[in-house]
Amino acid sequence: MAVLTCRGLTKKFGSTVALDGVDITVEPGRIVGLLGPNGSGKTTLIKLTNGLLQPGAGEILIDGKKPGVETKRIVSYLPERSCLPDWMTAGELMGFYKDFYADFDRDAAAGMLSRLSIEEKQKIKHMSKGTREKVQLIMVMARRAGLYLLDEPIGGVDPAARDYILNTIISSYNPSASVIISTHLIADVEKVLDDVIFISCGKIMLAAPAEDIREQRGKSVDEVFREVFKC
Amino acid sequence: MEWRFDPGGAIYAQMVARIKEAIASGALAPGARLPAVRELAIDAGVNPNTAQRALAELERRELARGHAESFVTAMAALGYSGAELEAFLKNYIREKEEE
Repeated sequence: MAVLTCRGLTKKFGSTVALDGVDITVEPGRIVGLLGPNGSGKTTLIKLTNGLLQPGAGEILIDGKKPGVETKRIVSYLPERSCLPDWMTAGELMGFYKDFYADFDRDAAAGMLSRLSIEEKQKIKHMSKGTREKVQLIMVMARRAGLYLLDEPIGGVDPAARDYILNTIISSYNPSASVIISTHLIADVEKVLDDVIFISCGKIMLAAPAEDIREQRGKSVDEVFREVFKC
Repeated sequence: MEWRFDPGGAIYAQMVARIKEAIASGALAPGARLPAVRELAIDAGVNPNTAQRALAELERRELARGHAESFVTAMAALGYSGAELEAFLKNYIREKEEE
């Protein structure tokens, strides 16, 4: 069964159409790039998927269910902005995630923190911005979830941090789970993607396997993106 | 292995070509172990399904063999059943432990 299905999904904010009749299917075991310029509807789609927004029209199903309490058990969400309780220590944060999510693998998280030399007694507010972003990604990827939603995980990080983030995503790969990565930095992520979805002004412009795009057009996904979204 | 990809082509095909080169040049000797899917994906910084596809393609062209599978397939070709293999392995492990 598809991990995520959208049919005719539409969302308006006042008179602005953020999503306009979106049809998408995401199968298990896929790493999907949700690619589009700023304001194209990427974050709206992610927020509809995790139940932070309600659809205006159409349907969205996660594992065959409407977004709600049941689907939050299997959806692991990395928001665009940091949302860590910064008074906590790294160790307390792991306890916090474990309390909320039965699928949180504390040992996996502790292992990833120690590889970054982050001590459990270290307070989040004493960490650098880059470290906080890595800690947040570790919390999200240490869940044994069915669907990971990563909203702009590599926006504003240095190249070493970007490689760390992409490596963490690859090494957490699980054939029964899917990952959706929203970004406009395509050249940086395209090697790790199975499928790409181009979105513009709330409409899906192209949805295809990344390797097919490169093979058939003899161009990188990044080049095709620049052509499709030429101003 | 050093990995560089031409952005305008399928990555799995480039990985196959790169490993073929390593076999031809002797950098990968006959019988050398190829990395598992996940290690290969991390090493090359690519999608695990792409790494899997590259390894499957090498197997299809008979340039590589799956490790676990090759033992079972080879023994089955000699006429051993699954149960016999299991008994054989259990005996083998016991003998090793007694040594």
